[in-house]
Amino acid sequence: MNYKRLTLLCGHYGSGKTNIAVNMALDMKKRFENVAVADLDIVNPYFRTKDSSELFKENGIRLIVSEYANSNLDIPALPDEMYALTDDRTMRAVLDIGGDDRGALALGRISPKIVEENDYEMLMVINKFRPLTPDAESTFEVMREIEAAGKIRFTGIINNSNLGDETTAQDVLESVRYAKEFSSLSRLPIVLTTVRKELYNTLNGKIENLFSLTLQAKPVD
Amino acid sequence: MADKVLMKGNEAIAEAAIIAGCRHYFGYPITPQTEVAAYMAKKMPKIGGVFLQAESEIAAINMVYGVSSAGKRVMTSSSSPGISLKGEGLSYLAGSDLPALVVNVQRGGPGLGGIQPSQSDYFQATRGGGHGDYRMIVLAPASVQEMAELTVKGFELADTYRMTSMILADGTMGQMMEPVSLDIEVKPAPEKPWATTGTKMERKHNIVNSLSLVPEELEQLNFARYERYKVIEEKEPMFEEYMVDDADIIIAAFGIASRVSKNAVNEARAMGIKAGLIRPITLWPFPKAPFKKAAGHAKQFISVELSMGQMIEDVRLATECKVPVTLCNRAGGMIPSPEQVLEAIKEAAKGGNE
Repeated sequence: MNYKRLTLLCGHYGSGKTNIAVNMALDMKKRFENVAVADLDIVNPYFRTKDSSELFKENGIRLIVSEYANSNLDIPALPDEMYALTDDRTMRAVLDIGGDDRGALALGRISPKIVEENDYEMLMVINKFRPLTPDAESTFEVMREIEAAGKIRFTGIINNSNLGDETTAQDVLESVRYAKEFSSLSRLPIVLTTVRKELYNTLNGKIENLFSLTLQAKPVD
Repeated sequence: MADKVLMKGNEAIAEAAIIAGCRHYFGYPITPQTEVAAYMAKKMPKIGGVFLQAESEIAAINMVYGVSSAGKRVMTSSSSPGISLKGEGLSYLAGSDLPALVVNVQRGGPGLGGIQPSQSDYFQATRGGGHGDYRMIVLAPASVQEMAELTVKGFELADTYRMTSMILADGTMGQMMEPVSLDIEVKPAPEKPWATTGTKMERKHNIVNSLSLVPEELEQLNFARYERYKVIEEKEPMFEEYMVDDADIIIAAFGIASRVSKNAVNEARAMGIKAGLIRPITLWPFPKAPFKKAAGHAKQFISVELSMGQMIEDVRLATECKVPVTLCNRAGGMIPSPEQVLEAIKEAAKGGNE
């Protein structure tokens, strides 16, 4: 995809933002020198971008994350380097925003500057297999809540419909209809459809703008 | 596959409770179980149920007492420090013979501890937590699917035996996401003639109470309760066995530890070591039978736990100390790795742990 300076990933929690952020940053790094991932999640206690910190280091990607992420300090904390995202305009960055409207509250802190600069994509990550967003209407409701909390409007959609390890190519194909319904309801384009790399070859050519994901390691099988 | 959804363990508990007919949830947020409350807050108002964020854990458990007295399926959830606060209420529920579902998504302790996963509330769940002679049915899920299924089962057992069922999960189980089928069969709830639902001037008052003024009567209540517990110990133990039949080294592990251990057992088998796994699904009643049987052929048991070694005592009791039982553990929010468990198995195979 053509990356704007900032790519903001938002959505219902558990929609897959973190995995997409990790993969997108690696993809960005192929084309740009100064690349960062910013973890602005103030909701999730476990399974954060910080789990991939070694990978980022190896690839020369800057990780902007609260020093308390993955620690025992259980308070919503934002990284002190967060302002570099809007101050350093030589940087390309993926912003992993916490789930739902509560997570998007953190975004409201910097969204006025992002809107002012106007070189961003804000993408709604959707997954039809999540129980609270099974259809276009419920997903639209979450989207509006996020926009209200984050004080910024979405520009596109990432269809990340999946059932974890059990996702089949058929599941992804069937989710296209849901994504299209949500697209027409929200009047936003489907920018990407993301699938784990094992399914990429099967689906390549069948779905537009397909993006392959290598998933973060899980603590147990 | 389309009939499945992708859920966090905490969400699966909440949705399964709704499926089981629970329309009353009282709780107080605490990591790593907060999604149970968050899910209930979203769902309950839409289906005519009650979600109430109480002013404290103590208030929440007493609200559970009230709704249960009125005969309705009711639950609360928390994580370790919050369950300690509920201790008094758990004892009062037991003393009043009230069914309830209590969820503990454990974190590292003691004290405020941390927010990472743990299994160190095993003693608290299986030995009390509150005061007095009582038991709780303790269910230990090892997948998001089981988080859902055991929640339904927990409500059913609670109603059948008029006591508290506890889901003893850990932070990983609560936070991890897996595909779940919510097509879970729910048995109809039994009649509750004891409930305080109003006499309609047709019967005597029902009284729900844990106070007994006459010691002889209180003794009889305790005796009767323990007769019921005896039935549960005979009828309700649940467990999973994995490659146990010919095993020399047997792992005992529940919840997340059992998943790590299964990987290690597979690796050990690939190396030619006869390893197996017994996974208790009910921690009380503890499944003694498979352990006793396996002690007939096994050379050693290894209890794999996210604690300083708590279930190991039940393993020793169940195996009647016929063979050595050793501990393989991490604590304070850390999870044993499959490699660590494999090392313990290899050590045991050498006969080095005696």
